[in-house]
Amino acid sequence: MSKKIGVIVFPGSNCDHDAYHAMKQVMNAETRFLWHKDTDLNDIDLLIVPGGFSYGDYLRSGAIARFSPIMNSVISYAEKGNPVLGICNGFQILLESGLLPGAMLHNEKLRFVCKQVHIKVESTRSWFTANLEKGQVLNIPVSHGEGNYFIDENGLNQLEANDQVAFRYCDENGHVSEESNFNGSVSSIAGITNNAGNVLGMMPHPERAMEQILGSGDGKLFFDSVFNRLQLS
Amino acid sequence: MYKAKINITLRKSILDPKGKAAKNALHNLGINSISDVRIGKFVEMDINADSDKQAYELADSACAKLLANEVMEDYQINIEKN
Repeated sequence: MSKKIGVIVFPGSNCDHDAYHAMKQVMNAETRFLWHKDTDLNDIDLLIVPGGFSYGDYLRSGAIARFSPIMNSVISYAEKGNPVLGICNGFQILLESGLLPGAMLHNEKLRFVCKQVHIKVESTRSWFTANLEKGQVLNIPVSHGEGNYFIDENGLNQLEANDQVAFRYCDENGHVSEESNFNGSVSSIAGITNNAGNVLGMMPHPERAMEQILGSGDGKLFFDSVFNRLQLS
Repeated sequence: MYKAKINITLRKSILDPKGKAAKNALHNLGINSISDVRIGKFVEMDINADSDKQAYELADSACAKLLANEVMEDYQINIEKN
């Protein structure tokens, strides 16, 4: 059975077409855009909340998008155990909506950072990392001004205890250091999952690393893993 | 009619990169006696309510639900009668 991918479009989303291209042309999956006022997710097998600057980042990144009509459907979709992937601004929206714990601060050095970085797979427990290897290093671009992940100490302990840290920023050899943690995130966190493992938020953009000719194909390894899991379900 | 004046700031325990950058710039201007700067948001709202208590409760709920993110921010509300 062919799988249907939904890509949500908020006013101000700007990675929606990247995600659509990655799913439709590279992964050859049936893909459609979902306007933020849509509420029907019944035929969707994987939901992507893409990057961008929804509502101009007014108030806080993701704070207004969280109250778009589609978000109630997204929350119940996720609570039923369906896979939801939030990339960059999508991650910020999932944090604001409470589907994932924590919050995003401005990058520690206040700069908007747009470059290729390395991330290390920390957990293979989730829908999205099941076919990757623990410790595997991926070369994926980032592009954000507010990606400084914050969670308090209790929250961090809980994330660690439940194996919810999916990715950490690292160097090309997989070494996690203060230097590789370019935005100042707590514990170098680049991506986390919910406890059930069906919701993942990450600041790096795997959908922009789908073809070697565009710099890196490592994002495809990530989506191969997601699609493998989808075929099994 | 009431007016709510709300200050939203990053929680004390969280490093405020904007405040830190502003402090460094102030030091570069020679104003060295400023030892700490915290930058936040100021929100002003007109509220229809029957009492200042009710106006406060409405403002508090607006902050908790939308205006502030309590994971990283604190807020303080002052209610004035218009």
